[in-house]
Amino acid sequence: MILVWLIGILIGGGLLALFIGQWSVKLPRWIALYILLGGFLTIITFWAGNYFSSDQDAVWLTQFRQTWIPSWGINFHLAIDGLSLLLLALTFFLGILSVLCSWNEIKERQGFYYFNLLWILAGISGVFMAMDLFLFYFFWEMMLIPMYFLIGIWGSENRVYAAYKFFIFTQASGLLMLLAILGLYFTHAHHTGVFTFNYFELLGTEFTDGTAQWLMLGFMIAFVVKLPIVPFHSWLPDAHSEAPTAGSLILAGLLLKTGAYGLFRFVIPLFPEAAHQLAPLAMLAGVIGIIYGALMAYSQTDLKRLVAYTSVSHMGFVILGIFSFNQLAFQGVMMQLIAHAISTGALFLMAGMLKERLHTRDLQKMGGLWEQMPRMGFTAILFAMASLGLPGLGNFIAEFLILLGAFQANVWMTVFATLGLIFSVIYSLRMVQKIFLGPKKTTEAIRDFSWREILIMASLILSISWLGIYPQPIIATAGPAMMHLEHLSAEENPGTKTYDKNILTDPQTEAHKK
Amino acid sequence: MSNINNLLWLIPTFPLAGFLILALVGKRLPHSMVALTGAGSISLSAILCLAIGFQFISMPPASGYFAQTLWSWINISNFNPKISLYLDSLSLVFVFIITFVGALIHIYSVGFMASDKDYSRFFACMNLFVFSMLLLVLADDLLLLYLGWEGVGLCSYLLIGFWYEDPINGYAARKAFLITRIGDTAMMIGLFVIFYQFGTLFIPEVLSQVPAVWQSNASIITLIALLLLAGGVGKSAQLPLQTWLPDAMAGPTPVSALIHAATMVTAGVYLLARMHVIFQFSPFTQMLVAIIGAFTLLLSGLSALAQSDIKRVLAYSTISQIGYMFLALGLGAWTAAIFHFMIHAFFKALLFLAAGAVIESLHHEHNLFKMGGLKNKLSLVFWTFLIGSASLVALPLVSAGFYSKDQILWYAWAAENGNPALWLMSMLGAFLTAAYTTRLMILTFWGQPKSEISHPPGKWLTIPLIILAFLSLFAGFIELPHNFGHLTLLSDFLHPVLPPTALNANLHVEEWFFQILAAFTTFGGIYIAWLFYYRYPAWLSQLKQSNGMLSIYRFCFSGCGFDKLYDTLWVRPIVFISQINKNDVVDKLYQGITLLSLRLYRSLSFTQSGSLRWYVMGLLIGSIILLTIQILL
Repeated sequence: MILVWLIGILIGGGLLALFIGQWSVKLPRWIALYILLGGFLTIITFWAGNYFSSDQDAVWLTQFRQTWIPSWGINFHLAIDGLSLLLLALTFFLGILSVLCSWNEIKERQGFYYFNLLWILAGISGVFMAMDLFLFYFFWEMMLIPMYFLIGIWGSENRVYAAYKFFIFTQASGLLMLLAILGLYFTHAHHTGVFTFNYFELLGTEFTDGTAQWLMLGFMIAFVVKLPIVPFHSWLPDAHSEAPTAGSLILAGLLLKTGAYGLFRFVIPLFPEAAHQLAPLAMLAGVIGIIYGALMAYSQTDLKRLVAYTSVSHMGFVILGIFSFNQLAFQGVMMQLIAHAISTGALFLMAGMLKERLHTRDLQKMGGLWEQMPRMGFTAILFAMASLGLPGLGNFIAEFLILLGAFQANVWMTVFATLGLIFSVIYSLRMVQKIFLGPKKTTEAIRDFSWREILIMASLILSISWLGIYPQPIIATAGPAMMHLEHLSAEENPGTKTYDKNILTDPQTEAHKK
Repeated sequence: MSNINNLLWLIPTFPLAGFLILALVGKRLPHSMVALTGAGSISLSAILCLAIGFQFISMPPASGYFAQTLWSWINISNFNPKISLYLDSLSLVFVFIITFVGALIHIYSVGFMASDKDYSRFFACMNLFVFSMLLLVLADDLLLLYLGWEGVGLCSYLLIGFWYEDPINGYAARKAFLITRIGDTAMMIGLFVIFYQFGTLFIPEVLSQVPAVWQSNASIITLIALLLLAGGVGKSAQLPLQTWLPDAMAGPTPVSALIHAATMVTAGVYLLARMHVIFQFSPFTQMLVAIIGAFTLLLSGLSALAQSDIKRVLAYSTISQIGYMFLALGLGAWTAAIFHFMIHAFFKALLFLAAGAVIESLHHEHNLFKMGGLKNKLSLVFWTFLIGSASLVALPLVSAGFYSKDQILWYAWAAENGNPALWLMSMLGAFLTAAYTTRLMILTFWGQPKSEISHPPGKWLTIPLIILAFLSLFAGFIELPHNFGHLTLLSDFLHPVLPPTALNANLHVEEWFFQILAAFTTFGGIYIAWLFYYRYPAWLSQLKQSNGMLSIYRFCFSGCGFDKLYDTLWVRPIVFISQINKNDVVDKLYQGITLLSLRLYRSLSFTQSGSLRWYVMGLLIGSIILLTIQILL
């Protein structure tokens, strides 16, 4: 029930903000903040309750199931495991920050703005919970349209182009996924006579030759466009750089993660053999992404574009790790999803703060800002270090685990991927140098962090350091889910695969046990 | 008091706390509080280190080490590195040098940086630097060691680029970080290989398993050794990754002292000594270590001879002295390398701090040719500098440097891995060392004064100088050669960790013969430099007339052309590629699709012109085509 509640408050809160926005300018942001704080606390309480409970090995933590359209086998079925739980917590955490960073930035149509913001988050939360493929697709589309408005209405100069580009890329790839979902639906019905969109029943569907590859490609394209991997990344720099700060934060921190989540949740468990066949190519794409993104980031002069390309580079690690099919790499990917959301989110937030002050994103027009804003300078260096994978911060744990796991799967790919660690130094340090160091470019007075900004940044700094120094809670939470995934992705002969039906088909029993 | 060893965790914690305090509230603290926090934290660590060291020596732990696990870092099935500290005699020597020399440098900085506007930022970074280095030498897991290893890189970046207004400093800082990162990345791959071969990154376990792994797969040990060596070469500024160190002189002088004496560049020496079992089982790599050391000490000795910046001379001299340590490591003279590390830390810290005092007194003048005649004006600096130089050139009998370097020279000939070529190179290096040091001394302290001095250094600066000068003279006596004294305090202390050096079985020479040769080499170098720079300076200008000599001079001045080589090989191509692709060629593909659909739309919409004649024409042509097809079929 907690799951429905989480989505419900977001949808309801969005509508409330929209209506209140007619009368009050300031109330919608308070509504959004309280809704998200409430949701965040709910999740943390739930997490803590689970974390300290005796039953540590349960894969599925809780679920909600309601028949929706029985004639087509569609259920309103939500369930979460450790993977979903962590991503949900991240969603609400970044949600709070996205409200805080919009506090003064958004000056028009606040009601509609916070409506969109909350509905994006509702869509994202739904994606992380839906265990019915139809419902999953529904949420997948639901997060797209408010995002389109967010970029198109509150973005900067070139916003309409960016919004179109974002929409077309994700919509076209989403369509392929819809086709694949339908294909899977009918294939399963063909073999078993049961028409169902239920994820747990679709697991272990048998395929005739070649079908699995095509269906997997449909899912895969939707997810890798979102992730993104080279060469499907070109929507991302435009969307990131034109979106308002909160938009960039959600894009980098959450929307990209839905791609990785999709690969984890659907591509690997549903099509393990086909995924294994694709693995060398996918890993290669990851390596290319790592290096290409880093090189592109180095040459950018627009701060937000630079950070956007670093995302391309970091997401290369994600795909490299996912297709390594072992627990070390999976755990690394999990860490990378969270650490990247925090570190890149922080960089986008700072880009937004700089834009508020300097009215530009152009690195050539910045320089020597340390003197006037040492606090931001310190924070920027810290997150630049996170982004280049300095040990002691979360990203290092993530990248080290991914590379360690990938090394087992493919030595040479991993060796090339480590080049990314060198290139990341080049772009990160260049960014810090151009903004904060060197001679001063402007004479006007620029103020350092305000208290609201200190609050945002302090929470991010604490999070990223915690992830780097004591990541075990995250690892332990994701542990059962990751072990389960490793089991599902194990390369076995088709036909001999046996699923532990207790885990897979009926999370309800576990929920009842509690 | 139960067991002071249990306070081990406090040694790195003091500097970390210092860093946190200074980073968070340093701006608001008064100068005196900043100095107290910054220098005080390291001094506390140094005192605690002395106490723990005393207990360690008086009541050695039965196992030869003391370990303290703080918490489990990561725990995923069989991969479970911990945050835990490990103190044995090797790490104790390093901790002692880091905290003790580090504390002296901090105390010196209290005076030296007094007028800097970023006083608290300076001490914050310095404390973080010491913290990282302590973690590096105290870690008992390679992953934790790597944390310290990279942290050191970060701090070098922050401190080299401390005066950030000047882009040149920023460039030097990024260069240091990037080049050491290249080595670090190789080392990280080394960690992967170690993990999959040994199933752990826990250092004692790895070392104990080396013989077993070697038996089943000897080449993998060589691979691991090479990858670790790459890491060490990067941090310790050895060939071919040495180019960052001379530029690192852009930072404030105490930073240079800290990097060169107590932290950073000695990390590679530590790593190789710590992992020595792996190198012992890979003779090829060990020979490579010796060869790298020998070439580095020669090339950087040559470069030092041509520099005009007082700090760059010292920087090249560091590279060269670390080259001696690498040579010793390659020869299997593990304890000799650590001995030289220790003595070098004393005299190099002394030289840098004294050079800082000179620079400070001359209004930030770095150029040797604008100095001169400071012998009487800055007499205390002169005497301490002289003692440091004596130790650097290994002046026989009276200086500490003699005892440490003489061991290495002797092993270059006499050790099992030694050979005449290595010995000759190290002797040549000793000659160069004597020559460039004498040149440095003469140009700075003798001759005509060329710049006005502002004020003599205060007591914050002089007290550390005196302590370090004392150590540079007398610290060598803890280890005396076999033929006189034969005192082996340090090597005995280290032998539980590091094996003794195997000597060549059929030696027909006496050690004293080599000592006398070494002494002659030193005096020869001093004499030659004295001739050229003091007695007959005209010879030098004559030499500079010839084009050949001039180009050799330029070659040495540029650090043997490595910067230029890397610039053409790597830097330019990468910059070029990323610049031409600034607008992302992949995006062109999608723009092409947009353009194509636009064209198609235009050409199709062209047919819908609203003109009746066009439509009739279209109908006609269409029916003709259809009819033709029908007739043809």
